Amino acid sequence: MRKHLLTAAAVLALGAGTLGLGAVQARAAGELHIYNWGNYTNPELIKSFEKKYDVKVTLDDYDSNEMMLAKIKGGAAGYDIVVPSDYMVSVMAGEGLLEKTEPNQMANFKNINPKWIEVYWDKGRHYTVPWQWGTTAFTVDTAVYKGDVNTLKLELDPPPELKGRINMLNDMNEVINAGLRYLGYPRCNSNKEQLKELSDLLIKAKASWRTMDYATIEKLTSGDVDLSQNWNGAAMRARAQRPTLKYAYPKEGFTGWMDNVAVLKGAPNLENAKLFQNFVMDPENAALISNFARYANGIKGSEKFMDKDMVAAPEIIPPAGTQDPEFVPPCDQKVVDLYNRIWTNLKK
Amino acid sequence: MAAETASVPATSAPAETERLRLAKAAIRRGKLRTRWLLLSPALLTIVLVGLLPLSIILVYSFLEPGTYGGVRWVFSTDAYVQFLFERDLFEDTLTFNPAYLEIFWRSVELALLSTVGSLLIGFPTAYFIATRPPSRRNLWLFLITLPFWTNLLIRTFAMMLILRDEGVINIILMKLGLIDQPLVLIYTDGAVFLGLVYSYLPFMVLPIYAALEKLDFRLVEAAYDLYATRGKVLRHVILPVAKPGLVAGCILVFVPGLGAYITPELLGGGKSLMIGNMIAIQFGNSRNWPFGSAASLILMAIVLVALLVYVRYAGRRRGHG
Repeated sequence: MRKHLLTAAAVLALGAGTLGLGAVQARAAGELHIYNWGNYTNPELIKSFEKKYDVKVTLDDYDSNEMMLAKIKGGAAGYDIVVPSDYMVSVMAGEGLLEKTEPNQMANFKNINPKWIEVYWDKGRHYTVPWQWGTTAFTVDTAVYKGDVNTLKLELDPPPELKGRINMLNDMNEVINAGLRYLGYPRCNSNKEQLKELSDLLIKAKASWRTMDYATIEKLTSGDVDLSQNWNGAAMRARAQRPTLKYAYPKEGFTGWMDNVAVLKGAPNLENAKLFQNFVMDPENAALISNFARYANGIKGSEKFMDKDMVAAPEIIPPAGTQDPEFVPPCDQKVVDLYNRIWTNLKK
Repeated sequence: MAAETASVPATSAPAETERLRLAKAAIRRGKLRTRWLLLSPALLTIVLVGLLPLSIILVYSFLEPGTYGGVRWVFSTDAYVQFLFERDLFEDTLTFNPAYLEIFWRSVELALLSTVGSLLIGFPTAYFIATRPPSRRNLWLFLITLPFWTNLLIRTFAMMLILRDEGVINIILMKLGLIDQPLVLIYTDGAVFLGLVYSYLPFMVLPIYAALEKLDFRLVEAAYDLYATRGKVLRHVILPVAKPGLVAGCILVFVPGLGAYITPELLGGGKSLMIGNMIAIQFGNSRNWPFGSAASLILMAIVLVALLVYVRYAGRRRGHG
């Protein structure tokens, strides 16, 4: 879900690749091929894993769950590890693409926060272990807009000072779900009257949007927009460069997501992949992941090893009284078809 | 009349010409074999990396979409129907839906505009290079190809840095006091147009230059000596020579412009779909591979028809001339 700037990802992947190679001993005992989101894997984590198990790690990246799924289904071979988001775990497990590695039997499983064990996408954790979790809402510049930020109205029916200064994610589900929440209608909706109303709302709101792009940090820090639909970790990274930015927790609701380390069926390096799953459940390693990409990780005791500014960040730790994020399961094909039409019509 | 024409060949058919004909045919067959042998690597490549994937796309376009991407092996023409009509999900009725046509039209329009833009800049540039002394031409050509040394993505990002609200142009204009609010340059159709022209300009310049290089400039001098006006020289001396280059250039800019993906996405701000982006999302979020395949084929068909019409038209003109 954290689709970052393509180049940033490429540059970082290159950096990570070089660092990784640097750490490889001449006689690495094995290999591990990781396919993860771009700009999302801490090179330190890879180095540390390579050192500990004498394994040569290669890292490739993707920028959306769907792109990753298409590649895997298209027969991209050789990968051991992928990091799908919650709904994509249930899709991939349902399609028989994931190996049942039983992480719940692994040594470090005791470190998982119990809240992340009985999850809808992998009840009891038979396939996957947590990588990071976060929320999708939006960031707004409080120097530009002085009022209460915690409402989706700012995205969908913006005040004059924000008109033409908004970036939305180029993401069908996130945009449509924001609209449905604003109207108070249920997710995975196939009610035609409600969807008509939603479509009208989005088309009207689009006139106030400047861009629809995944590169949210860059859009905000370059001054191109003053509000961007955003992920909380990206919001924190953007705030570091533009301190007046504030991450909103809309009262109408917002999306929660978790990315999970999964092993692909037929992984060439199955044992190393299992080692990696166990490895990322170690609090110190989980903290490495979070310190790099700036999202919470779901492993107990990792706070000790996390950067101080993260533990206190309002993007990571929501203010008291904030409602829980909503995890949205994948919708059925009929709903996806309807959403497609709304989306095409919105962007035609 | 019919009897008259039929009687002509009957009077002349000596045996010698018959043998000559056979010998010529044998030589022709030998030449043909060599030609096929020489062609075979290219043909093999075309079949393996061109026709084969294309036939997979063709097959996919007549199947049903799988629930999470991929295809179900059930024959269906829905992907093509969907291009023009939308099916009501509750009653099985079809209504005309111009959304995809509008997306196609926007892409065609922008590609045409970019072609015209590149032509207006590219032709004088090519003419300029072709009229330099031969020793200097290579330097100019080298400069034209220089941008290709950098990745398109990087060049497009550089354009963003120039065009954005806090970008080079706006900062300079504001520092000079000419404006006090940044101009809205980026995330507009104008920015996409600029990006496309910039990216594809060398494809226009190089073929035109190649054609103009063959022009004997003494002909231009002669035309002036014969009191031709500048317009007449351009129309009757330069353009006929440059024409193959112009056509090649226009095709080389129009076709990739039509399917451009990165430039509209980055400089256009992603609010409006272009054909390329529309096809890409069918394989992602929209989970509809058959429709993505069908749309690719429709795009190819449009390009092919345009090229065929041109070839026909150009061929006829030459026949009459």
